[in-house]
Amino acid sequence: MRIQITNGHVVDPANGIDKPTDVFIADGRIAGIGKAPAGFAAEGTIDASGCIVCPGLVDLAARLREPGFEYRATLESEMAAAAAGGVTSLACPPDTDPPLDEPGLVEMLKHRARLPEFAHVYPVGALTVGLAGQRLTEMAELAEAGCIAFGQANRVILDTQVLLRAMQYASTFGFPVWLQAQDPYLARNGVAHDGEVAARLGLTGIPVVAETIALATILHLAQETGARLHVTRVSSAAGLEMIRAARAAGIAVSCDVAAHHLHLCENDIGYFNPHARLDPPLRSLRDRDALRAGLADGTVDALCSDHTPVDDDGKLAPFDEVEIGATALELLLPLTLKWATEAKLPLARALARVTSDPARILGLDAGTLGVGRAADICVFDPKASVRITREHLKSQGKNTPFLGMELDGEVRFTLIEGHLAYSAPMG
Amino acid sequence: MTRNPQLNRNGELQHLLTIDGLPREIIAAILDTAEPFTEVAEREMKKVPLLRGKSVFNLFFENSTRTRTTFEIAAKRLSADVINLNINTSSTAKGETLLDTVDNLAAMQADMFVVRHASSGAPYLIAQHLAATDRDHIHVVNAGDGRHAHPTQGLLDMYTIRHFKKDFTNLTVAIVGDVLHSRVARSQIHALTTLGVPEVRVIAPKTLLPTGVERMGVRVFHDMREGLRGVDVVMMLRLQNERMNGALLPSPQEYFKYYGLTPDKLDLAKPDAIVMHPGPMNRGVEIDSAVADGRQAVILPQVTFGIAVRMAVMSMLGGM
Repeated sequence: MRIQITNGHVVDPANGIDKPTDVFIADGRIAGIGKAPAGFAAEGTIDASGCIVCPGLVDLAARLREPGFEYRATLESEMAAAAAGGVTSLACPPDTDPPLDEPGLVEMLKHRARLPEFAHVYPVGALTVGLAGQRLTEMAELAEAGCIAFGQANRVILDTQVLLRAMQYASTFGFPVWLQAQDPYLARNGVAHDGEVAARLGLTGIPVVAETIALATILHLAQETGARLHVTRVSSAAGLEMIRAARAAGIAVSCDVAAHHLHLCENDIGYFNPHARLDPPLRSLRDRDALRAGLADGTVDALCSDHTPVDDDGKLAPFDEVEIGATALELLLPLTLKWATEAKLPLARALARVTSDPARILGLDAGTLGVGRAADICVFDPKASVRITREHLKSQGKNTPFLGMELDGEVRFTLIEGHLAYSAPMG
Repeated sequence: MTRNPQLNRNGELQHLLTIDGLPREIIAAILDTAEPFTEVAEREMKKVPLLRGKSVFNLFFENSTRTRTTFEIAAKRLSADVINLNINTSSTAKGETLLDTVDNLAAMQADMFVVRHASSGAPYLIAQHLAATDRDHIHVVNAGDGRHAHPTQGLLDMYTIRHFKKDFTNLTVAIVGDVLHSRVARSQIHALTTLGVPEVRVIAPKTLLPTGVERMGVRVFHDMREGLRGVDVVMMLRLQNERMNGALLPSPQEYFKYYGLTPDKLDLAKPDAIVMHPGPMNRGVEIDSAVADGRQAVILPQVTFGIAVRMAVMSMLGGM
């Protein structure tokens, strides 16, 4: 099928394109930008008037909840959410039930996700069996089954010797290791940032040192083992500063932040808002501002949704008992745009953080509109505002602190390998 | 930030969930309303008909004898029907959620829930749930939630201070002990600062203070002798047994030596300083018996005033 996307403004950070022009697609690939390849006759056109045409978003963390948590979400519901959110590639953390620690599970997930309207799914394999932090998984086998990295989601490996071995083993094969930095003892029973709000509300705090101490450990181990380390969900200014320093010292480390942490802080817990119960916790305003600056200057490589659909009952409990997380696949683009507007960043620079930069971390030839690449494309109207409501959200999880808010940036079309995976309802 | 659900759109008290953010006028109104109720208890006929025909459910998800009893007495003196439910956390483990319990009781025509829960914010959850299901006519009184708030305790403490000291605006008040885990301390701090007490001190080792406590408007002391110097009111906090031996404190003996209120330490306060304690006391751990039973202690009047203050809160909420 040959498609021409006309009248749009193409923003392709990977190739430095930022101008009104057309995109030509043939056989699921980008056939040309600006000018049609010889003999191109479009069988279909997409009118992108008033819209930005950019690479489909690449999300480094989206929980699909399969296998094991189908009451919270299914592959079908979350893939519909991804398409509606303009997300065409996503990595899913291994904290399913059972965790993604066996090749069969990964193969099954990859197989289930193999529909043309589904985003490309890249599982992050469990670094240890059952995520229990004791025995290494068959990483090489898991990689063959489709895992692109290995991690622990937000479980920790308590035993630093196991952690060292896991990183050594992963680096033997050149597999990236994705770790969240949180010391489990310092974070014990914690439900919120250890700061003014937790003090007032009487919530058990998770101090910033829980992040920095764990970070020091994994940075040292990365240096020792030569493992390709990616730190997931940095939450504090101090943590970010350590990553900056580690890089300056020559340690190969990348990191990401979650979209919520770019816009919210501890104060958004308000009166025990269950949707503000996140992991890592929302920290202080100063931390939030440091994350925004770090994402702008490149210290933070990528912005992810950290999409975590939770069923309604999971949020109907006292704050310290609620399920953790927020649904966000459909919010990633509007939250990226909101940040770009507020930080007065060029759109291309902001979009790089959700397209080409995360693709680089995943080691994928994605997040680009380069000729010959897969036609994974997001067409969105940057000025159209969307009211975030339960009805609007395709995700089975309706749990978001942004519920009821208006956000700019409406996805009009999502193409996955040239296949129209989503088109916004007219009117 | 969203509106505090304890005030209705007209700024009137809908529920009593916390003292944090409660306007000074409302606190004063509660204390003023409590005044005549102290006299009810001294009558032959200890009842007033303000809540006649109303059903008050004491919904206690955490053990308490004293607080539950005082709420029960207060409700009965207002002529309400009182139903006590002690729901230990194991019944939640059996499957019924907190809100299922609330829905069931609301279906029994409850007019007021007096809630104690081990989780901070649980009464908010209930109040928000009632609002979301158009049952705003049911009032919620927080009888202690986790470490967050114990507003009626804070109010009865204010009543006691006002009774003995008259004016708040020239006082120095010290709160001593486990502030970190104390809902009482948080409610006291908010009440004292709202009522214009110029200096509120907290005295505790660093392990028993929340991070950033000074941002709640208090001066922090680690040396009890220094902290007690010249104070008008000493408010002791209870130290829970499980905190005494472990990573927070080495032993009750050492705690008593450095943070227990003894006559010689009390001598550093003003000669007419009063000593308060929310009870139940651990004699020999946070307070010496000579002080607890001494002339400066107002611990038993606190209990008496507590009933009047709870009558005031319940009548203001439910008597409309």
